[in-house]
Amino acid sequence: MTLDRRSLLKTLVAGGVASTAGALPAAAYVRKTAPPGAMGMLYDTTLCIGCKTCVVACKQANDREADPGPWREAKLYDAPVDLNEDTKNIIKLYREGDTTSYMKAQCMHCVDPACAAACMLHSLQKDTITGVVTYDPAYCVGCRYCQLSCPFNVAKFEFSKALPLIVKCELCRHRIKDAAVQGANGFTRYPKGQGPACCEVCPRDAVIYGRRDELLAEAKRRIAAAQGKYYQDRVYGERDGGGTQVLYLSHVPFDKLGLPELGDRPVPEVALSVQEGIYYKVPFVAPVALGVALAAVIYRNRRVEEVRSDEGEAKS
Amino acid sequence: MSSHAVVHAPVGGRIMTRPFMVLLAIAAVGAITAAYRFANGIGSLSNLSNGYPWGVWIAIDVVIGTAIGCGGYAVGLLAYVLNKGKYHPLVRPAVLTSLLGYGLAVIAVVIDLGRYWALWKVPLFVWRWSHSPQLEVALCVAAYTLVLLIELSPALFEKLRMGVRSRVKSFAEGALRILEKNFFWLLALGLLLPTMHQSSLGTMVLLPGPKVHPLWFTPWLPLLFLVNCIIMGFAVVTLEASFSAAVFRRPRETAMLSSLSLVAAWVALGWVVFRLAEVTLTGKLGYLGSGYGIAFLAELAVLVAGSAILLSGRRAQSVWQVRAAILLLLGTALHRINAYLVAFRPGSHFSYFPAVPELLITFGIFAAEIAIYVAVVKTFPILSGAMPSPAKT
Repeated sequence: MTLDRRSLLKTLVAGGVASTAGALPAAAYVRKTAPPGAMGMLYDTTLCIGCKTCVVACKQANDREADPGPWREAKLYDAPVDLNEDTKNIIKLYREGDTTSYMKAQCMHCVDPACAAACMLHSLQKDTITGVVTYDPAYCVGCRYCQLSCPFNVAKFEFSKALPLIVKCELCRHRIKDAAVQGANGFTRYPKGQGPACCEVCPRDAVIYGRRDELLAEAKRRIAAAQGKYYQDRVYGERDGGGTQVLYLSHVPFDKLGLPELGDRPVPEVALSVQEGIYYKVPFVAPVALGVALAAVIYRNRRVEEVRSDEGEAKS
Repeated sequence: MSSHAVVHAPVGGRIMTRPFMVLLAIAAVGAITAAYRFANGIGSLSNLSNGYPWGVWIAIDVVIGTAIGCGGYAVGLLAYVLNKGKYHPLVRPAVLTSLLGYGLAVIAVVIDLGRYWALWKVPLFVWRWSHSPQLEVALCVAAYTLVLLIELSPALFEKLRMGVRSRVKSFAEGALRILEKNFFWLLALGLLLPTMHQSSLGTMVLLPGPKVHPLWFTPWLPLLFLVNCIIMGFAVVTLEASFSAAVFRRPRETAMLSSLSLVAAWVALGWVVFRLAEVTLTGKLGYLGSGYGIAFLAELAVLVAGSAILLSGRRAQSVWQVRAAILLLLGTALHRINAYLVAFRPGSHFSYFPAVPELLITFGIFAAEIAIYVAVVKTFPILSGAMPSPAKT
């Protein structure tokens, strides 16, 4: 029995080393940067007045049904309480004591999106030019691993439909028809009706649309102009979770607004460095080698046994 | 599927017994519930939500269902790689259990997938393949189900060989010869594929990392899942062999199961020690005071209890073998449920507990599994006919 244990242990250790070899060199994972033409949004909680015009505009631009919320019977109001299969963009209110803040939630368009890493056939993928995380239902099997993986709980699924789709903000990419123009003040301008509907209708410019690098510079200008006004003098999304293309400035802690403290590590890093370490770094060599080794051991074991049984027959 | 001196024989007897019809009824209720889900959408009968997109269909039917299907893998490792020939009588019934576990997990996946009609694209659209650990799980599970079918096909051909018509007989003979020749690489594939996707089931939990409780989130999760399925495989083989012995009044393989149990106990203890060491070394002991700590300790306690029984003298008694196997099964299944559901924290405004129709489908799937096992074992040569030789330890 000791032999059993020892050899079993050996096999397990070998298998373990093979299956987790990728887990250790996490540093080998190549961190992604936003594409040069990365588009995004900048939302500033100190400017938002919570009018929800953006929520309405988003629904119109994306042909989403009204969600009557608690008034489901009357269907009089569009009153979604959170992002859902009919709501790609939402304004929420945070209140604790005297502190209040509005919060706009939609897809963050991560620099290294976990949803796209989860997707088997790149149904969700990152646009190589604009960096927008796009959805193509043609390759979606409805497994909902994207929902599970998104640290912001953004991707939604049409649970009430027999033929469902994934629903999430795609930065109104269907509205873009013409090229952008360079504005006089250094800001890239977009023809009216071709940017995200939420940014276009915002009466206070609390959320603005533009190139990510320009938005990041603008956010830092605002921080520099009013030190201490913003939480930690920090732009959420510059590096959080590997970086996002939608950036936030807030006067209250980010986690109070539902923006988790993810650190700088891209969300898919651990999973993909394990998976890619085993299967893709040296493409498919590890599994093929293990398979060949197993076949060889099984073949040898049987040969030995056949010889043994032949000897047995000869003796009898 | 072997030239070894193991003679398999059908159990025979009436298939339509009363317990069998009860199983069929449970399976039928599950099937009707599933039909309702296809007509009206997943949300019409489940408690799945945008916060908890995965529930018992994935965590139990697929993640635990395939691990229960690892009996063939665990015994195959012992019998063919570690060359413990004495375990051969356990192999074919274990492969049948595996095939049923995997086949029904595939059915559960189709029920759970929102856009199941696009599933055929996954194995064929090679140019669109991503590096998602789930892709690897999907491909390997599909491939392994086919391999299990082929591994079990000798049972069908042996049955045909016993037939009357000469043409069928010679066809069966030919098929058996081909299988015999390709036996070693088929078996290798049958061991490689579970190694790949059972570890990847652990990798899958790493992607939603920020939402997974630190007690379960570790880069070692692939290894933990792999060893977990081997423990579960041993436990299932013990239960299945004891079940067959009791129900079909066959010779008990108590001595063989006793030595198998010892292997299972040591692997389980190793798993427990590794898990404790990981949590200690990464400074996560502070979480043990929380409710999650209880779930964590429950996993370990159940496994330690099961192993303790098997390491004591009691493992020679088949009653205690069964009790310990149930404990090992519970402990390993608990880890999988914990990793996929309990440790998953999408936010305090979401909650999940399975709805009754969800459970009806799950019960239906497990009932179908047992019913098909009984019917196949009675009709085809699966269980070893001869008295097993006493185990040499």
